[in-house]
Amino acid sequence: MFHAIQLLAATSAANPLIIGLTIFALAVFVGIEIITKIPPTLHTPLMSGSNAISGITIVGAVLAAGEYPGFARILGFIAIILATVNVVGGFLVTHRMLEKFKSR
Amino acid sequence: MSRTWVDLAYLIAAVLFILGLKGLTHPRTAVRGNLIGAVGMLLAVLVTLVDQQVLGAGILGYSLVFIGMAIGAGIGAWLAITIRLESMPELVALFNGLGGAASFVVAGSYVSAMTSAEIPLDTSFATALSGLIGAVTLTGSLVAFGKLAEHPLMKTLPKITNSTVTNAIVGGVTLLLMFVCAISRSNDVFFWLLVIASLGLGYCLTVSIGGADMPVVIALLNSYSGLAAAATGFVLENNVLIISGSLVGASGLILTQIMCKAMNRSLTNVLFGTLGPTGETKDADEVYQNVKATGPDEVAMLLDVARRVVIVPGYGMAVAQAQHAVRDLANHLIAKGMEVEYGIHPVAGRMPGHMNVLLAEADIPYELLKEMDEINTSMEQTDVCLVIGANDTVNPDARQPNSAIAGMPIIDADKARTCVVIKRSLSPGFAGIPNPLFAADNSLMLFADGKQAVLDILSALKEG
Repeated sequence: MFHAIQLLAATSAANPLIIGLTIFALAVFVGIEIITKIPPTLHTPLMSGSNAISGITIVGAVLAAGEYPGFARILGFIAIILATVNVVGGFLVTHRMLEKFKSR
Repeated sequence: MSRTWVDLAYLIAAVLFILGLKGLTHPRTAVRGNLIGAVGMLLAVLVTLVDQQVLGAGILGYSLVFIGMAIGAGIGAWLAITIRLESMPELVALFNGLGGAASFVVAGSYVSAMTSAEIPLDTSFATALSGLIGAVTLTGSLVAFGKLAEHPLMKTLPKITNSTVTNAIVGGVTLLLMFVCAISRSNDVFFWLLVIASLGLGYCLTVSIGGADMPVVIALLNSYSGLAAAATGFVLENNVLIISGSLVGASGLILTQIMCKAMNRSLTNVLFGTLGPTGETKDADEVYQNVKATGPDEVAMLLDVARRVVIVPGYGMAVAQAQHAVRDLANHLIAKGMEVEYGIHPVAGRMPGHMNVLLAEADIPYELLKEMDEINTSMEQTDVCLVIGANDTVNPDARQPNSAIAGMPIIDADKARTCVVIKRSLSPGFAGIPNPLFAADNSLMLFADGKQAVLDILSALKEG
């Protein structure tokens, strides 16, 4: 698969690093625009919720545990556990907190 | 599944994350927003799994993936469900650290699977960054976790006497290792050396930071966990990692900025500087000459004739677990036709939004929780301001240009007709300076544990 990606990268017109950096820069601005609108009341849930989103490395961990050989696979396995704790725990805890924010 | 479909599904997941965060802009839509985010995550994971199947991960790879997920989901769900809501700050710190750890372990797995010749220089640079940021996030968050949980182990940890010099040395070594690791095309040995150095750096940077600065540190670490994920995205050339990581990175940075502003300090000052009494600081005995102590009965009498009451909570309320008692008192006052509101300082507590979560947990409607600027406009029309366990955030000394906390925005508790401060003693807050509010003509001190004091006031009100 990695050879496939590298092959793809080699044949496509733009450098994948530049594409990545473009996406990164634009996403940062999207993030800033949204986050500045979040009221201070919700700052703790925002932290735990965004933290759960950063558990997206689970995708990378699945690739590593599924595909890589030997020691790399064991590391992938560990990463899956860590990332899943982060994702499942993060979303659940955020949900628990948000349910408490009641209106009059 | 072809590459195109997988990438399209990742794009949808990324859009769902953005919509999810957008939902968090209002308490009414927040629960749905969080669910949308979770759906995005589920989609990304499912697509990755299906993608793996087609590419042939094999039975071993598959079972490893599922066993790992089952273990992780079990631990995560158990922690999230069993934790008391008061312990939320430390749990968030812990999860944050695990996210950072996952990022650098994935990068380590990549390094171990590839030979150096296979890794291009730009990818190698991303790998090194992922190792650095991920490892700093892990130990930094663990230290923050220990401090927030007030874990007994924290007392046994070695203290760093000269933190600026130590940080500079460890930081320099880590940066050097990062470049060596990047240039060596992510040589195994250099990568793990870098990880070890970064683990040390994360520890050094956070261990000497004081409790009141925790909101800044937690927000910053939150940002790091996102940046680590984004760096891992560059390693794997995976867009959904890059997008999600940068969203979280931006979110953490904004929070960090808000927290710094609320303390009128720069980020460098929080991370490396020390906050202490300046030469101009008045002597505590002199400031506290005219302190008037009071009891629950007198406060109850004051509240009895009040029309508008503002409650200003601080970290002391969290420590005393007084939020339920405060709610009962507020409900009693509201039932008698009084106007009761809460004034929340942005850095009150130990993490961004700490007071809000605590008060929400006690079923206090969020409409009553007012931000600092909003509550300050109505402070002069307030009959009684009840300060519970807050100190620096209500210190009028911040208005003096030569004070240690000069320029820090505060809640104008002193502008209320009467200010009642519930506090155990006259001990200074984190800034280490005396608070003239406690000795002001319109101030009364109620020396007691926050929870007990509020309960006593309530029973006095009911009897009277």
